[in-house]
Amino acid sequence: MTLDEIKPDQECEVVDINFEGMIGQRLLDMGFIPGTRIKVVRNAPLVDPVEFLMKGYHISLRHSEAKLVEVTLL
Amino acid sequence: MSDESEKIIVALAGQPNSGKSTIFNMLTGARQHVANYPGVTVEKKTGSFRIKEDRIEIIDLPGTHSLTSYTQEERIARDFLLNERPAVVVDVVDASNLERNLYLTFQLAEMGIPLIVNLNMTDVAEKRGYKIDSEKLSREIGAPVLSTVGNRGRGKDELKNAIGMILKNGHVTPFRIDYGEAMESALSLLEKHLSGDPDLSERYPLRWLAIKLMENDLEAKKLIRECSRNGDKLLKLVEEERNAFVSDQKSSSQKVIAVARHRRAEGIVKTSVTCEKKTGKTLTDKIDQAACNRYLGPVILAATIYLMYELAIVQGYKITEYTWPLLAGFRDLVASFLPSEGFIFDPFFRSMSIWVVDGTIAVLNYVPIFLILFALIAILEDTGYMARMAFILDRIFRHFGLHGQSILPMVLGGLFVGGCAVPGVMACRAMKDEKARMATIMIVPLMNCLAKIPFYVLLIGIFFADCKGAAMFFISTITIIIALGVAKGLSLTVLRSRPGAPFVMEMPPYHMPTLQGVLRRSLERTWLFIKKIITIVIVVSAIVYLLIYFPGISEKRNAYYSGLADQIQKEFFKETGANNPYADLLSGDNLSKFAGYWMDYKKAKMGAGKKDAKEAIDKKFRERNFVFFKIVKKGKYEVDGEIIKDKHAMKTYKAYKKLDKERNGVRRERREETIISSFMGRAGRFLEPVTRWAGFNWRVNIALLSSFAAKENSVATLGGIYQSSQEDKEETLEERIKKKETSWTALHALAIVLFMAMYPPCIATLLMVRVETGSTKWMLFAAFYPIVLGFIISIFVFTGGNLLGLSGLQVMILFYLLAIVFLVSMGLIKKESEFA
Repeated sequence: MTLDEIKPDQECEVVDINFEGMIGQRLLDMGFIPGTRIKVVRNAPLVDPVEFLMKGYHISLRHSEAKLVEVTLL
Repeated sequence: MSDESEKIIVALAGQPNSGKSTIFNMLTGARQHVANYPGVTVEKKTGSFRIKEDRIEIIDLPGTHSLTSYTQEERIARDFLLNERPAVVVDVVDASNLERNLYLTFQLAEMGIPLIVNLNMTDVAEKRGYKIDSEKLSREIGAPVLSTVGNRGRGKDELKNAIGMILKNGHVTPFRIDYGEAMESALSLLEKHLSGDPDLSERYPLRWLAIKLMENDLEAKKLIRECSRNGDKLLKLVEEERNAFVSDQKSSSQKVIAVARHRRAEGIVKTSVTCEKKTGKTLTDKIDQAACNRYLGPVILAATIYLMYELAIVQGYKITEYTWPLLAGFRDLVASFLPSEGFIFDPFFRSMSIWVVDGTIAVLNYVPIFLILFALIAILEDTGYMARMAFILDRIFRHFGLHGQSILPMVLGGLFVGGCAVPGVMACRAMKDEKARMATIMIVPLMNCLAKIPFYVLLIGIFFADCKGAAMFFISTITIIIALGVAKGLSLTVLRSRPGAPFVMEMPPYHMPTLQGVLRRSLERTWLFIKKIITIVIVVSAIVYLLIYFPGISEKRNAYYSGLADQIQKEFFKETGANNPYADLLSGDNLSKFAGYWMDYKKAKMGAGKKDAKEAIDKKFRERNFVFFKIVKKGKYEVDGEIIKDKHAMKTYKAYKKLDKERNGVRRERREETIISSFMGRAGRFLEPVTRWAGFNWRVNIALLSSFAAKENSVATLGGIYQSSQEDKEETLEERIKKKETSWTALHALAIVLFMAMYPPCIATLLMVRVETGSTKWMLFAAFYPIVLGFIISIFVFTGGNLLGLSGLQVMILFYLLAIVFLVSMGLIKKESEFA
């Protein structure tokens, strides 16, 4: 499954990133690498974007970007 | 100075939100200079400080998470390190977020420049229970590690000492990350080939270059192509190695490199950081529970925006009431040095200088608003709430090719009737998404700036008097609707090829901003604005003046006005009566002199509040010219403690009052004729056959043309053109327009108001657009598309409304509904696959 499918308060672990180029590099730089644990904190009031907690900091992505991150639910 | 023979450069690097600017301020104090990097809009801050005898120049590099070549900031930081080769890089690290920050630290270390790791915000880290073993960390990275709390100035001397030590010793402990067997063999092969080329090996760190090439970094490839004699061969080799690696490892090289860096960071944090308490909910979490809540979040956001608007625009405007007299005083001061006013004909140099000064102080008048706005923006940025604003609003704006961060520029530009496009365009700087940033810059001028408001109020007052509120609502919302449509249109067309940026946004912990930091930023940005704008405003307003002044009116007409002047003067002397001693005293040149005295006195009295102040003014004017004083006091004055009633002076006063009024009438008439026969006036007449379709006659054309210098002019010019015909009657401008344009309907007014809403940005804004886009072409685009758009809308409304035989109000409602339908359908157009 992909990161955009995870509901608020659920936790997951990154399996892989399915994209290269700018967006892929950006996600890699921010720490979306296999094994990283991610907690979905909340959706924005209009559902998109989503806020995550990982490696002790908060980051938000749009669903379209979160879709590029393959995860397993914990 | 002898110690400046060789400049010592230190670079300050770090991730966003690491408190880099607090370290910069701590080291440099007030010795700072802000400019832009050449050709781009990224701020370049330089400063200097001393270590013993040496003067050190320090450059604050843009905050970046990494050093790829994908974003402008990263490219700038990287190019600086690569090409300027600073003596030391100070890497500012958020101590409470060490693991993620180390990711950048490694990349800096790989560039082979002497490095200092500066653990900043250690107070926050301690509060969260982190204990960092600096010595272990220092051993792992091979660089000195220093602790600071930048916003409290803690650790300044230690940091300076560390920089001094490195400058003295100057050596680099090589740092390497093990990227795994397969990658390392590819890297060493590339390194070997690269080292064979002296053009590269003497200038660049080779292992770093090899890593970048394996990452498929475009700039690194470009560098090889440009610098190396057998670049193509090298690049072919790189391509082969990378392809072999990918097919062998079943994983992209970028991924392998990034993962290795993150693993190393994890490893270092594990050995050198201990966490004492498992923290529960932080204060940031608690605030965000409300601030990002589905229902409460938008309410808090709206309240914040409203508060900003209220404080900066409304209250700031009130402050200008106090600062305006200062500027007006400056204007009077300038006027007093100029050749003095004539009875009817003013010297050209005088009137032009006053026009230019007026145009300049009209812009400077907004300085208090800017100061407050920039301080508030700094607070929003420093606290971290800006990221939450973007988080909440992104969904709406994204549909129109904008970004959540577009909200702030739009609010500043006048989202709710009354803002200023200049700070609005400036605020776009914080946006990382290039495409959305350009779209935002282009639509901010469509918002309703303060200077458009009087024009709206005037026309609404005449033609929509029964539904003022609804009409004002129409204007303030229709501009948003049109602006969003324009943004979408631009991003689908001219901006299509611009790079968008993925929405990957850090939500930093909330932070208490420091007073000093906020004030400093506010002053800095306001000063930058003044410096950039003023000279150009002076030049352009001078040009506009020439356009509305030349070629001037004919000799014959001038003779006519001279005749009028003589006539009213004659009448004056008749009124004063025979045997009036004051009539003789006012003959010849003295009459002009008295005119100046009269005006000065009126002005001084208007500004004075209390009784004391009034008495002081009287005393001053009495000393200046006692004869004139007797007249302006209507013949009631004191001599040796005795109150005297002077009939002749009283009579002269009455006669002069009439003369003054008539004189102003003649002056106004002449001014109007000058404008109408000027180049600008001719253009207004020339355009009439076309603008007629939009309902504009030549008078409106002139008013619209002249407001280009500053929209404040529009109402003033209308005032000049629609001067009252019978001089004795005091009529308001509304009444005068109504009388002269009997054929006008609400439809005319609606078309004009809509054109004004789309009116091209003022010169100050255009300059800001030039600065922020870095392109004259875009500046010209920003100037011309609103004219075309506004004209099309006006023709559509006016001609369409006429054909259908609808009233102004009906067309207003119909146009509004059509605009909404148009907007919704625009919003539904999907972009082509975003990351393809």
